[in-house]
Amino acid sequence: MSSNSSSIRTPLAKVRYLGSAHSGTREIWMMRLTSAALVPLTIGFVWLILGVVGKDYKAARDMMSNVVPAIVLLLFIVTSIYHMKLGMKVIIEDYVHGEHAKVWTLLANEFFCYAIGLACIYATARIGFV
Amino acid sequence: MADANPVSGSPESRRPLSPHIGIYRPMLTMMMSIAHRITGGALYVGTLLLAWWLIALASDAASFNLVNNFLASIIGRLVLFGFTWALFHHLLGGLRHFVWETGYGMEHPQREYLAWATLGGGLVLTILVWAIAYAVR
Repeated sequence: MSSNSSSIRTPLAKVRYLGSAHSGTREIWMMRLTSAALVPLTIGFVWLILGVVGKDYKAARDMMSNVVPAIVLLLFIVTSIYHMKLGMKVIIEDYVHGEHAKVWTLLANEFFCYAIGLACIYATARIGFV
Repeated sequence: MADANPVSGSPESRRPLSPHIGIYRPMLTMMMSIAHRITGGALYVGTLLLAWWLIALASDAASFNLVNNFLASIIGRLVLFGFTWALFHHLLGGLRHFVWETGYGMEHPQREYLAWATLGGGLVLTILVWAIAYAVR
């Protein structure tokens, strides 16, 4: 990027959408957004888990198939999986320096997060509907 | 690690690369930064446990009992205790980052207090939740 002193573009305008990952500020914003959402959602998740501690299959299933616990669980799953996908991406970009290894680990991260996210969502829906 | 020599090398390799962990004397705030990443990574792997539990609960009583028996074992309890601590430590670490983003708490004594509060708070919340779990079980 040229550092033309006559440019009227602000430094923010120059870096917006052009960070080191060429995807700008969206990821850092989504990280903050999911972090904020996960504060109440984590409390809700821990509350749910405390509600099923020591319960047998029937009781645990009855409890988790209620509408509010299922919605809290789904929100927690979607938000935390998105959050951890971004977090692991940053860790990979920081520590994996070889280009090939970086691309493969980034791909593995995406695949893992979509697979685990869909598995958790499907299981939660099945608990509620079947 | 890529060549990060600031004098020689191609323009790309002259950029300062993170992390330069090896050149710092260990200190609490730095350890807490590392712990934030490690707990985040542990929670990432921990989603496998959540997925296993949910899939078992969605399947049948036999699958559910298998997961429950593992979680009730000594190893299972240790894993769950670690999971609980990682969750709270990472949560409080995130709140610490929110404090920093408002521009407060980055000066010397404040950032040390925040680090200790995160460390202590994570342990206190973990023990509290486990006390509740044993009480309601």
